[in-house]
Amino acid sequence: MQAKTLYDKIWDAHVVTTEPDGTCLIYIDRHLVHEVTSAQAFEGLRIGNRKVRRPELTLAVVDHNIPTSDRSGGINDPESKLQVDTLRDNTKEFGVEYYNEHDIRQGIVHIIGPEQGFTLPGTTVVCGDSHTATHGAFGALAHGIGTSEVEHVLASQTLLQNKSKNMLVKVNGKLGVGVTAKDLTLAVIAKTGTAGGTGHVIEYAGEAIRNLTMEGRMTLCNMAIEGGARAGLVAPDETTFEYLKGRPMAPKGKDWDEAVAYWKTLKSDKDAHFDAIIELDAAEIAPVVTWGTSPEDALAITEVVPAPEDFADEHKQAAAKRSLEYMGLQAGTPLSSIPIDRVFIGSCTNGRIEDLRAVARVVEGKTIAANINAMVVPGSGLVKKQAEDEGIADILKAAGFDWREPGCSMCLGMNPDRLEPGERCASTSNRNFEGRQGHGGRTHLMSPAMAAAAAITGHLTDVRELEATASGGTTT
Amino acid sequence: MKALKELSGVAAPLPMINVDTDMIIPKQYLKTIGRSGLGKGLFHSMRYNDDGSDNPSFVLNQEAYKNASILIAGDNFGCGSSREHAAWAIEDFGIRCVIAPSFSDIFYNNAFKNGMLLIRLPQEQIEDLTRQAEYGANAVFSVDLDSQTVTAPDGATHTFEIDDFRKHCLLNGLDEIALTLEKDSKISSFEKDKASAHSWLTPAA
Ligand code: SF4
Repeated sequence: MQAKTLYDKIWDAHVVTTEPDGTCLIYIDRHLVHEVTSAQAFEGLRIGNRKVRRPELTLAVVDHNIPTSDRSGGINDPESKLQVDTLRDNTKEFGVEYYNEHDIRQGIVHIIGPEQGFTLPGTTVVCGDSHTATHGAFGALAHGIGTSEVEHVLASQTLLQNKSKNMLVKVNGKLGVGVTAKDLTLAVIAKTGTAGGTGHVIEYAGEAIRNLTMEGRMTLCNMAIEGGARAGLVAPDETTFEYLKGRPMAPKGKDWDEAVAYWKTLKSDKDAHFDAIIELDAAEIAPVVTWGTSPEDALAITEVVPAPEDFADEHKQAAAKRSLEYMGLQAGTPLSSIPIDRVFIGSCTNGRIEDLRAVARVVEGKTIAANINAMVVPGSGLVKKQAEDEGIADILKAAGFDWREPGCSMCLGMNPDRLEPGERCASTSNRNFEGRQGHGGRTHLMSPAMAAAAAITGHLTDVRELEATASGGTTT
Repeated sequence: MKALKELSGVAAPLPMINVDTDMIIPKQYLKTIGRSGLGKGLFHSMRYNDDGSDNPSFVLNQEAYKNASILIAGDNFGCGSSREHAAWAIEDFGIRCVIAPSFSDIFYNNAFKNGMLLIRLPQEQIEDLTRQAEYGANAVFSVDLDSQTVTAPDGATHTFEIDDFRKHCLLNGLDEIALTLEKDSKISSFEKDKASAHSWLTPAA
């Protein structure tokens, strides 16, 4: 038999029919739905007089529009409220399970899928949201779709797809102290470019990937889309099974055993063919920050702001010039000297318990710099509760952080949380696009530990140095 | 979806790389529960000044391009968020065809579902077409899906690739959901086989 990649295996197990030109009808095992990209899809079903084919394979939640302050008084913004109410009504009408803004299970769609055990290895997962790539951390083939496709999946539980190419990103060795999955994923994008993965599904492999926790793998796969890839994948292993065992929607008893036996077969064969292979040495990756308005504009914190002339290609030069103007930065400025106004800890990239623990480790016993507004938005109600139970919330509040209710929040600012024009933010989210966090806002992407360090010093900071000072010169 | 066989018109040049969907249609327009009327928000932050007036230097505000039906863009157009609002906004403005060296996968799919044609051409050809588009209202381009060609104002013809199935759907304006639902029996038998092989697949309640 021909050697197959993990992607080939999952793909082959989901082909329902194939058109003569190779376009396939793919079966979808899990469909996540949120309020921003679903209203027009449900409306389409109504107009076409169609039902949801398998409501039990669909899970809906509100996350983008909801305020992260006290919600008991409802949502003030009439448009946000209409969108949220529309999702509530649609899920009721079509029989889909729905977590509303008062449910403790509510949170960012890509956090709650894994948390509930809805996301499983070997499944196909879609959502009308590009960061669906997150679920690839479990060895699920997961990708974002548009609203027309949401409607197609609701109606038929299938999707029309062309098979992507296979790309392998192999990260050898071990990550250094203070270097995290976020630094790794940004370093990969800096290497491939934001279009480098276009037309590909990336499988991440190598020692550094194996050593990541599930939270770290989710951070990594979350940003596969920022590298242009259709999806990111990590082969499931004991770390994966341990994370899933006992989750509310995960298989139980005999089903669990059968599932694990199958999941263990989900890895690329030794001789499988990859159309592109990229290798990195984990030890060479330093904590990373972005300086521009594309996630590929990432550099080690020890570097300086580049000049447009540093780029060979004229389009890149034009883009860098525009980025520097937008970001209000001068070429040659050390990245670690850039002062910030805001800190945002949260999003589907870094809103999980491990991320909040990392922030707590850096800020424990310290206070954030004067004039800085720092907010922590847990990824779900359950993450929030766990952080409160572990004492993390108290540490963060004592350091001066604003402790909020779960949701997407200032990752894109559809709710009231956003940057003012010119404000500069150390952010754990995934996109530094112009205006993403608020009109005129300036975003620097980084890991939770790095954002925490910036909160303490008031400027972009190498967390390794902060920790070295704190522990008397040695890092452990 | 709306069928598209051929198209001719003025092409607006937007020679920028990595034009993301936040740039194409920013978040304040995503709160709608409808699909129409988004053309006014297209390229919002480049197109309008802070006081809401038109920014005269932006291409779509220039007289020659106000009725453009084609857009010629840079590499990796439509990257970022999966919001189909980006395709809806471009289509609502009146642009049915975008030509670029490459597109993000999700945007590419979304555009076709809305009766738009996206054309990938090599970088050098894009640069040539961009130069010609800069002549403005007198530079008319024509696109023919059946023969898979773009004819530039200078008369040169450029051939592009497209999947047969996608082409067939767009030429005939087919409803993909209806097409898929015709395969209902195949989907059902697939489900049956899956359920017996992998009973763990049904979520635990
Ligand atoms: S947290 Fe940000 S990136 Fe993630 S789903 Fe929400 S808006 Fe999208």
